[in-house]
Amino acid sequence: MQKTALYQKHIDLGAKMVPFAGFEMPVSYTGIVEEHNAVREAVGVFDVSHMGEFILEGSGALALIQSLTSNDASKLFPGRVQYSCLPNASGGIVDDLLVYQMAEDKYLLVVNASNIEKDWNWIKSHSASYDVKMTNISDDTALLAVQGPKAIEALQDLTDVDIKSLEYYHFAIGTFAGVENVIISATGYTGAGGLELYIPNADATKVWDAVFEAGKNFGIKPAGLGCRDTLRLEMGFCLYGNDINDETSPMEAGLGWITKFTKKFTNSETFEKQKQNGVEKKLVGIEVLEKAIPRQHYEILDANENVIGEVSSGTMSPSMQKPIAMGYVTTANSKEGTPLKIRIRNKLVDAKVVKIPFYKN
Amino acid sequence: MNIPESLKYTKDHEWVRIEGDYAIIGITDFAQGELGDIVYVEIETAGDALNQHEVFGTVEAVKTVSDLFMPLSGTVEEVNPKLTNEPEAVNKDPFGDGWMIKVKISNPSEIDSLLSAADYQNLVH
Repeated sequence: MQKTALYQKHIDLGAKMVPFAGFEMPVSYTGIVEEHNAVREAVGVFDVSHMGEFILEGSGALALIQSLTSNDASKLFPGRVQYSCLPNASGGIVDDLLVYQMAEDKYLLVVNASNIEKDWNWIKSHSASYDVKMTNISDDTALLAVQGPKAIEALQDLTDVDIKSLEYYHFAIGTFAGVENVIISATGYTGAGGLELYIPNADATKVWDAVFEAGKNFGIKPAGLGCRDTLRLEMGFCLYGNDINDETSPMEAGLGWITKFTKKFTNSETFEKQKQNGVEKKLVGIEVLEKAIPRQHYEILDANENVIGEVSSGTMSPSMQKPIAMGYVTTANSKEGTPLKIRIRNKLVDAKVVKIPFYKN
Repeated sequence: MNIPESLKYTKDHEWVRIEGDYAIIGITDFAQGELGDIVYVEIETAGDALNQHEVFGTVEAVKTVSDLFMPLSGTVEEVNPKLTNEPEAVNKDPFGDGWMIKVKISNPSEIDSLLSAADYQNLVH
């Protein structure tokens, strides 16, 4: 089991640790709901150092990224980030990822911890004809997500970079808490605003301590993977392994907005046809109308009680105090307001299709 | 971790307080801590005669769902009404306000199969 550079911090804080993607990670410190609320209302700090980071450098880097990812990376410029995915050859998704343009001919790809090896091998195996040098810096890089409406104000004193002016999905490289060359990125997986900080492992605890010191008058709290899941689900953000996987198409998953047919990429013909002709199933938001929580793999039925799909993610929403879920349903049943039923243990519970995001600031 | 000496326990992390012919049943402090924030307690077996180890309800936390098992055979005489609107009582006071059911014991010999506080301490240690 791997440990992040901040492992001892979590132990000292009394975190409940769980195995996740080969790492021992904090699932919660004081309670999922309390941590969730800290992120929605103030500031929460996540150690997400388990995530993978690859550097792609060389005159062929952009062309390789364009050929493997669904979004149009030619729109990037140094300081700009893009959400994207790596489609596979059979119509599914290898992984979803962030693509950062660091400089001319230099990109940083940030991938899911559970897919580091799979993604590396996938990209490597397609790179032979491109002038590109690939470096896996995952084991040397810590990642802190400092999220919440007060995050920017709390952190501004730690850096000369004007983080208040950093727009969503933009980043800067600068000195942060005395550590040079930190990637300061206005991204996150919570919908609460804030930053993500990429730091060399050796400096991770120094930055962690400085962040907590800076946030002490802003209600800062450590936040675990438990509330990371409730926060992202309230926003309707996909989680790889739950809502998207090797078999789901980006068009089915509602990721048409990051699937650009301005260039050719892995299997783009298939997805373009899906865009023209439609897909048979779609990922939708689901609200349950009774006191029961739909969980992954529970059956979804239509009003006539025919099985039409299954739940991909579900939880109690701490912000809205009601159960929410995402799941795949037949396209005919995917319109907002469509009544559904979910089999929760031995009962059929009433539910309906709702718009995502579930939560609006 | 709180493990009151006066109670009996099960491997499924329930506690039992014997009161004459009746048993008051809940989940332990350890169990509520493992589950995390409890959002629903669903017990629809009031009035039912159930065997030892049968499911008498479920508890839903944000992160997970868990079945509740009968520590002893008996009839469910009462369900804690507080848990409908205040399921968090199980987190806050698992051995008190967060009790779950009151059971009329049908087979008192099963009481011997329950764990003592010391046995339970060893189990969760």
